[in-house]
Amino acid sequence: MATHDFAAQASHAHEAPQGFIRKWVFSLDHKVIGLQYYFLALAAVFVGMFLSLLMRIHLIWPGAALPILGEIKPETYLTLVTMHGTIMVFFVLTTAPQGGFGNYFLPIQIGAPDMAFPVLNMLSFWTTLLGFIVMIAAFFVAGGAPLHGWTGYAPLSALQSAGPGEGLGADLWIISIAIFCIGALMGALNFITTTLDMRAKGMTMMRMPLTVWAWFVTAILGLLAFGVLLSAGILLLMDRNLGTSFFVPLGTINGQLTGHKGGSPLLWQHLFWFFGHPEVYIAILPAMGMCSQLLSVFSRKPIFGYKAMVYAILAIGFLGFMVWGHHMFMSGMSPYTAFAFSVMTMAIGVPSAIKTFNWLGTLMRGKIRFSSPMLFAIGFVSLFVSGGISGPFLAQPVLDIPLHDTYFVPGHFHLIMGVASIFGIFAATYYWFPKMFGRMMNESMARWHFWFSLIGTYAIFMPMHYLGMAGMPRRYSQMTEVAYLHDLIPLQKFITYAAFITIAGQLIFLVNLFWSMFKGPKASDNPWEATTLEWITTTPPPHDNFGGHTPVVHNGPYEYSVPGAPRDYVMQNDPEIKPAH
Amino acid sequence: MADSALQNIPSVYEPSLFGTYSKKIGMWLFLLSDTLTFGALLYAYSYGRISTGGWPTPFHSESIINATIMTAFLLTSSLTMVLAVRASVHRDAKMQTLWLLATMLCGTGFIVLHGREWSNLIAEGLSLPMFPKVPHHQVAAEFVNVSKTVPQFAATFFGLTGMHMLHVTLGVIYLGVVALRRKFIPILLVLWLVAWLGTPAYSPFHYGAHILLIAAIVCGIILWLKPKVYDSSDVEVAGLYWHFVDLVWMFIFPLVYLMSAKIL
Repeated sequence: MATHDFAAQASHAHEAPQGFIRKWVFSLDHKVIGLQYYFLALAAVFVGMFLSLLMRIHLIWPGAALPILGEIKPETYLTLVTMHGTIMVFFVLTTAPQGGFGNYFLPIQIGAPDMAFPVLNMLSFWTTLLGFIVMIAAFFVAGGAPLHGWTGYAPLSALQSAGPGEGLGADLWIISIAIFCIGALMGALNFITTTLDMRAKGMTMMRMPLTVWAWFVTAILGLLAFGVLLSAGILLLMDRNLGTSFFVPLGTINGQLTGHKGGSPLLWQHLFWFFGHPEVYIAILPAMGMCSQLLSVFSRKPIFGYKAMVYAILAIGFLGFMVWGHHMFMSGMSPYTAFAFSVMTMAIGVPSAIKTFNWLGTLMRGKIRFSSPMLFAIGFVSLFVSGGISGPFLAQPVLDIPLHDTYFVPGHFHLIMGVASIFGIFAATYYWFPKMFGRMMNESMARWHFWFSLIGTYAIFMPMHYLGMAGMPRRYSQMTEVAYLHDLIPLQKFITYAAFITIAGQLIFLVNLFWSMFKGPKASDNPWEATTLEWITTTPPPHDNFGGHTPVVHNGPYEYSVPGAPRDYVMQNDPEIKPAH
Repeated sequence: MADSALQNIPSVYEPSLFGTYSKKIGMWLFLLSDTLTFGALLYAYSYGRISTGGWPTPFHSESIINATIMTAFLLTSSLTMVLAVRASVHRDAKMQTLWLLATMLCGTGFIVLHGREWSNLIAEGLSLPMFPKVPHHQVAAEFVNVSKTVPQFAATFFGLTGMHMLHVTLGVIYLGVVALRRKFIPILLVLWLVAWLGTPAYSPFHYGAHILLIAAIVCGIILWLKPKVYDSSDVEVAGLYWHFVDLVWMFIFPLVYLMSAKIL
């Protein structure tokens, strides 16, 4: 466009703001926004973890009177399940790896001064924060927070009178999700545009670090999935407040006609899971990217099969949209449909296995440095395999139907989607902390934190598989009184004790994080001797990331132990290395 | 980056994948996402229509004619939008503003006609259970019957067309900001007061009008953060959005109106 002058482009590299408000609160700088997202997720994860602790206490001591909170009633238990799931999935697993680290490092890693749309980026964070505030507000309204689970299954979620918490609390829950969708959409289109349009000279798509690929594909998933959830949320709000019947069939509550008829709860399930399954990959893909990055850096080897890794990310993202039906095998779908969804789901095992074997191939015969980020990256691979291996079981309708409503499923998805992705966040935190805050984190505290977390999470979630196979149903409160489950109480107790210890271990992380932020030893510009562009700039990076110039890229992202090179790594902006042969 | 590539300035960036500038890619991505949003609504509509036996076809000629005029308004607005983009390419600021205003006028005409249509239908009895009843008005037995026997009909009608009307409204505001920038915010506030105070308390538009207030606040914040001069690329990008909203109507009009016309 003729009138589209150069100034518009220069506005990406806006002036460094003066004053606290524009610099740290209403900042347009992607690095500050990334930190805002990170700390939002940090606050959310402790809320979510506290809720899970209350759940674990209730499961083994149902009648216990807790200080301040009193006794947890069965309906309150359902509220805890709902809010723990919602807060963790949306405000932790979606927010930290993508909004937090993606915002901070995607532009730097591709050599850009900022995101393509800085204002949109800022609005995206504030929208997400508003969503979080509305979500927390649901606890404090009359009736409390909703109890329909993080999946919000209708008709429970669609009727005001369906239970305590299904009044204003459930409305706030839906509105919060809708706000979150809008924020996530703004973020997603920003990420995609930035990746397509703002790569520095020489940063071709196939020279992008795998972290960037993961954030890019995650953004595409978010762009396509959150729009559908937004629609579903609007229809659900209409059902609740305008008396429509999209999701509510003819039925009664306590002998009274609900006044709805003709709707289908399955419609909600289709719309929800069309979003819900890609959401699983939105949570795990960034962690996969970070893990790939770290395994290469700390093995001092190029990533094994870079192109295969890229195509595997794309394949997982693509297939992720075709498998939502495997969450609905219980709904009585046609066996032929179930078969199709089942085959598609197991097909995802192929790119997942490609990634796993490439990670192992990267480790093989590497000069491994067992620093704390590396420990968490290896822990991620371990959890990814342990949690993923039960996926093909649940992908088969014949096995899913007996297992679906048992503890087997929470065991499966917590390992792979929850803890594996959290390990990705931890690995990334330990890895990038020096760049973000200019100081190193305490290594021995990090190691303690790692062993607490790894052993702790296995101790919590592995036994859940056995509970499930033994027939312990999920979602129910007060199962201690049920005779046929009596023998499983010791295992439940064990899980609760393990949860106590694991959560105590997370306090080490919290102390380390804040102590190192102010008291840690100063970090150099490239403490891990890594090759990607965030390590060529100063620590912490200047406002426009590279101090007034744009780097020119000559090499791929994982040039470690290159024969003939002066040191064992070649930065991406170093002069181009000649192939050995 | 292509912004500079378009003017032959040597770029420090890799060429864009689609050879175009960021804002345009961003808008295309938004439209992709919005397609999925409308896709989900149309899916819900099809699901309801297929799974409900005896789907009613109550729209008489008055509704169909009204909807046809609305369609004509939208199609005309797409033409004026194209002319606005052309004027912006020719750097004809005056014509650009005029054509943008013409587009907004057509869009507003669409909204007003559609609002009137909604109000008439609600008054005649095609309503959602929670919409307040219109006082002192003769209801048509047929519409009341439809609302009672097939609640999906009214629900999908108001859901789909309401979401579309929201998009047209936001489109008019978007064009207003591109055309007039800060000067548009007081106009928007006046429109809000007119819509709020001009509609009776039982009308769904009485509270719906507050969308204009929220939009005015959000536009105010954005213009405060980024008080820049809009150029031809902004007109083109706004045009993409406008044509998309028009395109969505081309799905809704036959699916919701024509397929439920009385003759069928």
